[in-house]
Amino acid sequence: MPPLDSWETTSRSMSGSIVNESTGGASPGRRRAAGDLFLLGMVLRRIGISLLLLLAVSIVVFIGTELLPGDVAQMILGQSATPDTVAALRETMHLNEPGWLRYLHWLFGLLSGNPGTSLVNGMSISGLIGSRLSNSLLLALLTTIVVVPLALTVGITAAVWRGSAYDRAVNVLTVAAVSVPEFLFATAAVLIFAVRLHWLPALSYAANTDSLQALFRSFALPVGTLSIAIFPQMARMTRAALINTLGSSYIEMALLKGVRPVRLVLRHALPNAIGPIANAVALSLSFLLGGIVIVETVFNYPGLAKLMVDAVSTRDVPLVQACAMIFCAGYLLLVLIADIASILSNPRLRYR
Amino acid sequence: MSGVVETALEITPRRRARMSLLGRIAAAVVVLCLALAVCGPWIAPYPTGSIVSQTVFGPMTWAHPLGTDYLGRDMLSRVLSGARYTIGVALPATLIASSAGTLLGMLAASWGGAADQVLSRAMDTLISFPSLIFSLVVIAGLGSSVPVLIVTAAVIYTPGCFRIVRSVAVGINTTDFVTAARARGERNLTVVLEEILPNMVAPILTDFGLRFVFIVLLLSSLSFLGLGIQPPYSDWGGLVRENLDGLAQGAPAVILPAIAIAALTVSVNLLIDSLPNRGMARRAG
Repeated sequence: MPPLDSWETTSRSMSGSIVNESTGGASPGRRRAAGDLFLLGMVLRRIGISLLLLLAVSIVVFIGTELLPGDVAQMILGQSATPDTVAALRETMHLNEPGWLRYLHWLFGLLSGNPGTSLVNGMSISGLIGSRLSNSLLLALLTTIVVVPLALTVGITAAVWRGSAYDRAVNVLTVAAVSVPEFLFATAAVLIFAVRLHWLPALSYAANTDSLQALFRSFALPVGTLSIAIFPQMARMTRAALINTLGSSYIEMALLKGVRPVRLVLRHALPNAIGPIANAVALSLSFLLGGIVIVETVFNYPGLAKLMVDAVSTRDVPLVQACAMIFCAGYLLLVLIADIASILSNPRLRYR
Repeated sequence: MSGVVETALEITPRRRARMSLLGRIAAAVVVLCLALAVCGPWIAPYPTGSIVSQTVFGPMTWAHPLGTDYLGRDMLSRVLSGARYTIGVALPATLIASSAGTLLGMLAASWGGAADQVLSRAMDTLISFPSLIFSLVVIAGLGSSVPVLIVTAAVIYTPGCFRIVRSVAVGINTTDFVTAARARGERNLTVVLEEILPNMVAPILTDFGLRFVFIVLLLSSLSFLGLGIQPPYSDWGGLVRENLDGLAQGAPAVILPAIAIAALTVSVNLLIDSLPNRGMARRAG
């Protein structure tokens, strides 16, 4: 049926996410080059804003942790230290300098990869963080691999059958699950899979990478808990992104010419919703940063979040500052990726 | 964002909206939790701190319907009096966050220009922190106490409210009745409080419920990490932490306080979801 096919081409190239090169003459090509340059400018601008925000965040972190005027030198050396040694340590730690100068020292230390030493055990912070960071990234990566396909499937199917009993069930369950504390998922998972069913080891996490099965056993509960914590948000946002696209006029056109609902979503709406969905996925992944703090604590997982919580308990300020900056940078990076995804997927910005 | 403005300007029907069964159950649970926060300790079967059983991490029995905790205290009494700390800290924090966000958001929208820019960028900075990380930073600096917790939670959740209120208020600010009020020479604060505010009560209330859920979850998480409400007082998150050692034996004392938190937060969320005009506040964090 040739007329239908031509309609389809029109509907897709109008929406622009799939750019049909063959239809473009010389003039659209030039327009596209100018559009690309504009797009590049938008992306660079967005990256610049993120860097500025990160700078602002570093100021807040520094002020927030140095609010108390307590004498750090006295705290390190203890009450029995002589005034001379305290004064000497104050000198080496730059404690006598005004706040803004100490902030600059700290900031340049962070940037040059030398965030100082821990107040509690005197070890270098970069050494403490190193392996912990890769452990946390591994946990986050495994969770992403598990949760993205599941959430996309549920979000997309809910959008395809929107208004059905399935969609309403997904809606109620995800609204409910969004507001369940992560530690309820964690403790419930331990009670069910470790205590009642004896399938998995309970709280003792051990990085056992001898075999694939051992690896699975040690990561199943932490990764499972984190996935459940992020899943509802991601599924909801995916569904919303797709349904937003389903409101477009070219979808109405396809509907009017009699395209089946499944094909309507998969062929017409989904390719154009990839940008918004990528945006939704990146934004939901930023929820990992809250969940990972709880999960690493429950399962005693040797990650960065556990290190930070322990540092807060011992008031190890330099370590807390460094960890906080890493988490905030990761968070801003995910939000940045989300924004760039929606900039790049907006055809109105490409053709100007 | 234009969608948000349009929805807010629709006239809310005066008739009583019919709520779904789920919505009514959720409302009942919310009311029950609020009642427990007021009179929990009085209806508790045992005094809160007293050790009443030889069995630690005891199972659910008639004498102790929710089991016993790591010291042999009655869990039902602990959960009943814990409601006061969970809700009693979260509610004032939500009130502060919501009123500060509302006031600043309306003022920013009515001022426009440089003041609006400065406020909006300051809020952008605050929103660039994952909420739990921000609280950890503050607690590392100031230690944990009830005032610190309330103010920290309020500061974290002001920007979300600010953004929603500002976006709605920008729309109302351009309507004819606001222009008319300015033309008769009303002061800006009068315009904000008497013309703009009454027209955005519904989105503010919806947002209030959502903020409350977020704040309960944040404070419970902090208590669970041992950085929130400090012993001898325990909110529901703290009760989970105290009894975490009982997890390996499957003690009900670990999971029941967590279920109490979920019952509260899920109910508030489902209640909001079943109200008319729902959903507009869900977009911004």
